[in-house]
Amino acid sequence: MEFEPVIGLEVHAQLNTSTKIFCACSTRFGAEPNTHVCPVCLGMPGSLPVLNKKVVEYTLRMALATNCDIPPQSRFARKNYFYPDLPKGYQISQYELPIAINGHLDIDMQDGSSKRIGITRIHMEEDAGKLIHDGSLPVSHVDLNRTGVPLMEIVSEPDLRSAAEAGVYLRNLRAIIRWIGIGDGNMEEGSFRCDANISIRPKGSDTFGTRTETKNLNSFKNVEKAIRYEIARQTEILLDTGQVVQETRLWNPGKGVTESMRSKEQAHDYRYFPDPDLLPLVIEKKWISAVQKDLPELPSQRRERFVTEMAIPDYDAGVLTSSRELADYYESCLKTFNQPKHVSNWIMGSLLGLLNAEGKSIEDCPIAPKDLAQLLKLLDEGAISGKIAKTVFEEMSSTGKPPKQIVEEKGLVQVSDTSIIEKEIDAVIAANPNEVERYKDGQKKLIGFFVGQVMRATKGKANPKMVNELLMKKLGT
Amino acid sequence: MQLHTLTISEAHDLLKRKKITSVELTRAVVDRIEAVEPKVLAFLTRTFEDALEQANAADKAIAAGKITPLTGIPLGIKDLICTDGIRTTCGSHILEDFIPPFDAFVMRKLKAQNAVIAGKLNMDEFAMGSTNEHSAFQVTHNPWGLEHSPGGSSGGSAAAVAADMCLGALGSDTGGSVRQPASHCGVVGLKPTYGRVSRFGLVAFASSLDQIGPLSKTVTDSAILLQAIAGHDEADSTSVPNGVPNYSACLGRDLKGLRIGLPKEYFDIEGLDPQVASAVKKAIDTLSGLGAQTVEVTLPHTEYGVAAYYIIAPSEASSNLARYDGVKYGLRDKQKTELLEMYRGSRSQGFGPEVQRRILIGTYCLSAGYYDAYYGKASQIRTLIARDFEQAFQKCDVIAAPAAPTPATALGESLDDPLAMYLSDVFTLPANLAGIPGISVPCGFSDKGLPIGLQLLGGHFAEETLFKTAYQFEQATEFHKKRPPL
Ligand SMILES: [Zn+2]
Repeated sequence: MEFEPVIGLEVHAQLNTSTKIFCACSTRFGAEPNTHVCPVCLGMPGSLPVLNKKVVEYTLRMALATNCDIPPQSRFARKNYFYPDLPKGYQISQYELPIAINGHLDIDMQDGSSKRIGITRIHMEEDAGKLIHDGSLPVSHVDLNRTGVPLMEIVSEPDLRSAAEAGVYLRNLRAIIRWIGIGDGNMEEGSFRCDANISIRPKGSDTFGTRTETKNLNSFKNVEKAIRYEIARQTEILLDTGQVVQETRLWNPGKGVTESMRSKEQAHDYRYFPDPDLLPLVIEKKWISAVQKDLPELPSQRRERFVTEMAIPDYDAGVLTSSRELADYYESCLKTFNQPKHVSNWIMGSLLGLLNAEGKSIEDCPIAPKDLAQLLKLLDEGAISGKIAKTVFEEMSSTGKPPKQIVEEKGLVQVSDTSIIEKEIDAVIAANPNEVERYKDGQKKLIGFFVGQVMRATKGKANPKMVNELLMKKLGT
Repeated sequence: MQLHTLTISEAHDLLKRKKITSVELTRAVVDRIEAVEPKVLAFLTRTFEDALEQANAADKAIAAGKITPLTGIPLGIKDLICTDGIRTTCGSHILEDFIPPFDAFVMRKLKAQNAVIAGKLNMDEFAMGSTNEHSAFQVTHNPWGLEHSPGGSSGGSAAAVAADMCLGALGSDTGGSVRQPASHCGVVGLKPTYGRVSRFGLVAFASSLDQIGPLSKTVTDSAILLQAIAGHDEADSTSVPNGVPNYSACLGRDLKGLRIGLPKEYFDIEGLDPQVASAVKKAIDTLSGLGAQTVEVTLPHTEYGVAAYYIIAPSEASSNLARYDGVKYGLRDKQKTELLEMYRGSRSQGFGPEVQRRILIGTYCLSAGYYDAYYGKASQIRTLIARDFEQAFQKCDVIAAPAAPTPATALGESLDDPLAMYLSDVFTLPANLAGIPGISVPCGFSDKGLPIGLQLLGGHFAEETLFKTAYQFEQATEFHKKRPPL
């Protein structure tokens, strides 16, 4: 029997507001333990939460970017459980009435088609603190700096059908979060976390199998690995005519397996109820349109514009809109040198190659967009050759100097003077009588050899087009 | 002149005319506390040193011409209200040594007026109880009959005011915890409209019902105290931004044309003591004599009020009290080294039986599979009760009712029967469910000499109407002038 996986993801993304969701404490990462705390986030008796409007605004941005409906009213609810990193004994979250529902995100499939992934809901909640376990003593320490840092939970519909699809969806989600400037989406640092609900069913079936929830997926790689593992595990069970147990499982990245964490029977009863300390959150249409107005052009919109306005292939547009910074970089280049495909080739080839090799992102790019554009302009005008352009590019990346300066300092200006080139051609012809003979006998491929010799003699500065033309003339065709 | 017997407005007048100083007044109060506190046991923490310093500062302010209605006035504070640097126990072992690092909003307001704080007052643990017998530390005695309960949960506050151990006090009212003890101790107790007074710094029992309110010797003083503590606070999202009227200005207005609603359900309730019924009826006659007219109104969902309240309040409490886990502050069972055992040990030792009972009830009511049948239904009843009042207040301006079905119970009487204790809140808790204000004023005495209170309820933000009515009643009667035989 052939099986089909059914996957839904729950993503927790930290919102990068400067203060916490219910108090004025800083959200800065890496401070001394328990220094960014106050009576509210410490859960002191008598303290009360006050909602940070910025958190609502950021979540609204996400809701709009993922095509969600925003009901006129939502509510905060208490999720009750005991844990030392949870000072109040409950987490303020949203339950029955989340801020956003019924959204979707279109992702690119490997075959070039696009697939719509439903977004069930987006809600806001507060993060918990952090336990620090002492290796040498049987004690644990609690750091509450992170307590109350705003989180946004994005729950997808069970629309994903493979680990790869889940990976694409997750990367798209992260790209949007970064694009609209509400979070950094860093999985390794925990500011972007993911749990996966996975089940399998016979292909063609329209009912769901028993699902498991897999936690502790702390990198994109691990998300895909864990999903693959879990699909294989469940498939094996079903082929053995066994039953998948509904449970929460934990990904063990060391062993590369998921392990049972708690069964359905052991699942927490969080006893959600509306938080009486916070009024129902009313979102007026006015607010939504204000957020909409401030929302930057989204990746999908920009991609479409690149295809229609710049006439570049959809693939290029997809790469160039993988981050807002890269898309900005591209458009910035076009202001100086408006040959969209030419610029796109260089960015996707040389520039991204360089950044990847150095593990840098476009924000740390040592080459300013106007300099890259200038380089391409020099190339286009024939002032430098393609080969020299590569040399100049490398020099730009290590020194950050503008291309003209490098070309001048190193004397790299392309030689387009006919007399100089002819002189070098004559010398090459004189020095290689055998090859000239063979060329004339019909071995026309040797033209490449002659061009190479001339270029070498001119240290690559000769205009290759002119070299070609003059050589043909001299050798006869 | 015995300074401790003064009302706030009388003392203010003397301070303003420089006939007395706040230090003299505070010393008189301290002496009074030392004399009668052993019999009453209203204080959990005395702050005499601070009080005398505050009195000194108040005298300096007065000398500099800066006097407000509470400058230099010795007050007592229910131990559920956070006081910066002063132990705030909530009547519980679990917070026995808890010293808040901040002041409640109301404390900042009182301090801004240079009021004097004599100490922190006893209460049922986390305000759960109607007799003060559920305090983890001591049982407060009713100044009018020492073998009787002062009521609760703000029993310490009511007893301290009745025994002249402070000129006024703050309590909190979640289901009648200000009005009922005020009624039992023969003082004035007000529960303001929900949201009128900030809850910031009020340790939560049931957040959607809790409201801080004053206990005082007169209606005038009640208005002065509410004036001081009311107002919007951004730190409490449920506090309302409505402007605060001048409460004292309304006191002198007459009652001509005032419509007093008499809910028929309230006077048919089983267990209503005939002496209470008759005192309240006489009080209504007095009000009629002052120009008010009575109308019958109906509050048809009254009979479900107690049940709804005893689901909603414990549900919220079960969550609000989760923070007392031995991890950060408060009592910790240090014998236990395993986390779950430490939680169990700390909470079992730290909470008394009534608090544990309500945590269990609340946890149950919120549990998966029970939520809709309990919390969900109770919330619907709450909406219906609020609607009952809305409809009633279309026909009347105030509702008159007893504050409690009986005078103060004898100590020990209700401990074995929590249900009887819960039922005694029948007249007070609907106001909390509906969020409306209510006031209790002395309206008589039982044959044993125990005070009886008349409760007046008003629509949202109708505190002025309540004050006016209560004031006119007080001026027409002598009950508030009688002092307990201590
Ligand atoms: Zn804080």
